[in-house]
Amino acid sequence: MSAHAARAVTLRDASGADDPLPPVRLSVARLTAAFHGRPAVRDVSLALRDRRVTAVIGPSGCGKSTFLRCLNRMHETVAGATVEGRITLDGEDIYGAQVDATSVRKRIGMVFQRPTPFPTLSIRDNVAAGLKVVRDGGASRGGADQIVERAMRRAAIWDELKDRLAASPMGLSGGQQQRLCIARALATEPQVLLLDEPTASLDPVSTLKVEELVHELRRQMAVIIVTHNMQQAARVSDETAFFLQGEMIELTPTRQLFTAPTDPRTESYITGRFG
Amino acid sequence: MSAPATLPPAEVPPVEVSRPTARQRATARRTAATIRRRRLVNGFMVGLLVLAAVLATLPLVLILFHLLRSGASSVTLAFFTQLPKPVGESGGGMANAILGTLILVSLGCLFGLPIGIGAGLFLVERNGTRLATTVRFLADVLNGLPSIVLAIFAWNLLVRSVGHFSALAGGVALGAMMVPMVTRTTEEMVRLVPPALREAALALGYSRARTSLTIVLRTAMAGIVTGALVAIARVAGETAPLLFTAFGNQFASTALDRPIAALPLQIYTYAVSPYDEWHAQAWAGALVLIVLVLAISVTARTVTRNKFDARGGE
Repeated sequence: MSAHAARAVTLRDASGADDPLPPVRLSVARLTAAFHGRPAVRDVSLALRDRRVTAVIGPSGCGKSTFLRCLNRMHETVAGATVEGRITLDGEDIYGAQVDATSVRKRIGMVFQRPTPFPTLSIRDNVAAGLKVVRDGGASRGGADQIVERAMRRAAIWDELKDRLAASPMGLSGGQQQRLCIARALATEPQVLLLDEPTASLDPVSTLKVEELVHELRRQMAVIIVTHNMQQAARVSDETAFFLQGEMIELTPTRQLFTAPTDPRTESYITGRFG
Repeated sequence: MSAPATLPPAEVPPVEVSRPTARQRATARRTAATIRRRRLVNGFMVGLLVLAAVLATLPLVLILFHLLRSGASSVTLAFFTQLPKPVGESGGGMANAILGTLILVSLGCLFGLPIGIGAGLFLVERNGTRLATTVRFLADVLNGLPSIVLAIFAWNLLVRSVGHFSALAGGVALGAMMVPMVTRTTEEMVRLVPPALREAALALGYSRARTSLTIVLRTAMAGIVTGALVAIARVAGETAPLLFTAFGNQFASTALDRPIAALPLQIYTYAVSPYDEWHAQAWAGALVLIVLVLAISVTARTVTRNKFDARGGE
């Protein structure tokens, strides 16, 4: 246990950040996640700070997506999935007996690899979809409209789409759809945003826009981004975690990981010797 | 940026135009023959397909044509507003049967749609469990069951126990027919909803029930409506399930615990009667039945149409 605790504490802020070290938002201790008894994530411990971007990299099947899905309790929605260990959000155990998975997901937003706008809802209603479950019947229509506009501005699609709010999201480009999904996740004001390969299905221009967005969001919340693209991890993140075969090999300030990785396996991966 | 260096003019290799060799000419001839043969086979096969398509739709066209010719003249205002007249008197209509069919089909929907849609959702949500497999199998069996058998079920349940025929029993018989059809189409349509949409809703903090009942069901709605309409169209024309449940009624009854008229029953009674007057009315009844089903379809589609006219989950 002490070794893991030590690893979690050794995180240092080397991103040249402008503010003093922000508090830990999400803390993961000895997380093991399995499908039908076969572990996909093994004994991972780490701490994720507020107003920081953490990238998770690793070869396919290394457990990085499973790890991400444990953080908002999406992992358990799959049949045969089990979780062990402890994850706390602002000190509260999100797997606690009294904690409802939906309340965790309201506080930790998630965006997936492929854009997933709801096809039967308008652009506006897509962004407002999460509000329905966050504040039951409390928000007035006008209040919701303000929240929608704010979320769409934060996701940098307001100017493009403000005249098409009543239209179907299915007519949008892939990049616009993905930013719409980010707006939808932001509308409920989550404290943490999880991005699961958010640009894997986007063209380079849309990718750039999403990356700029991540940079903006970093001012307000903790962002964790799983990516296959090492350049992307290097561009957007403060810290990078390297996963291999379900284990976290290291979590280091991004610049250090890509210039002087601690572990030889990390070096092999980032220099393209495997994966 | 510096001015681009001028490129040397591209050298175009000279094209040699020579007379085709004997071998090339032979190849060209063979190619031409092959193309001719393919065109011929293609034309033949397309012809067969067109013939099959025409034959498939021919009965429908013939029925419609015949109905219009034999029944259209009897479809008057009186047909919709008046009750049947006794034998020997001319005129009269089928107002009671039209009303009865609307009531019976509504009752069928009331029982059949919630159960069918619910069961379809269940089959997807609990896919792979023993209960789901059993339910799916039984739905298929029920689908293949003769409708007269379903009538016996409804008769035993709601007629024999009470001692008299009723609209309710007819509605239950029709509903029982609709259940398996609606169940299977709902299942198919819900299965087409991308799992990613479900995940997206869950990740927003939607509960599992809310995800299924709003996002998933709404996305699949266009397909489910189509399935429900097919079921409605089928049961609206059913005679067998109503023979000894709804029984028929010469008067315009709206009481659910009393016998009630229905278009198919009335058509049957009139068609097997020896009176020409009644035969004409039976033709008119058949025409009205078809138009009624068409009207229900168009209305339901218009009401439930997705405002974006999105087709399923695409």
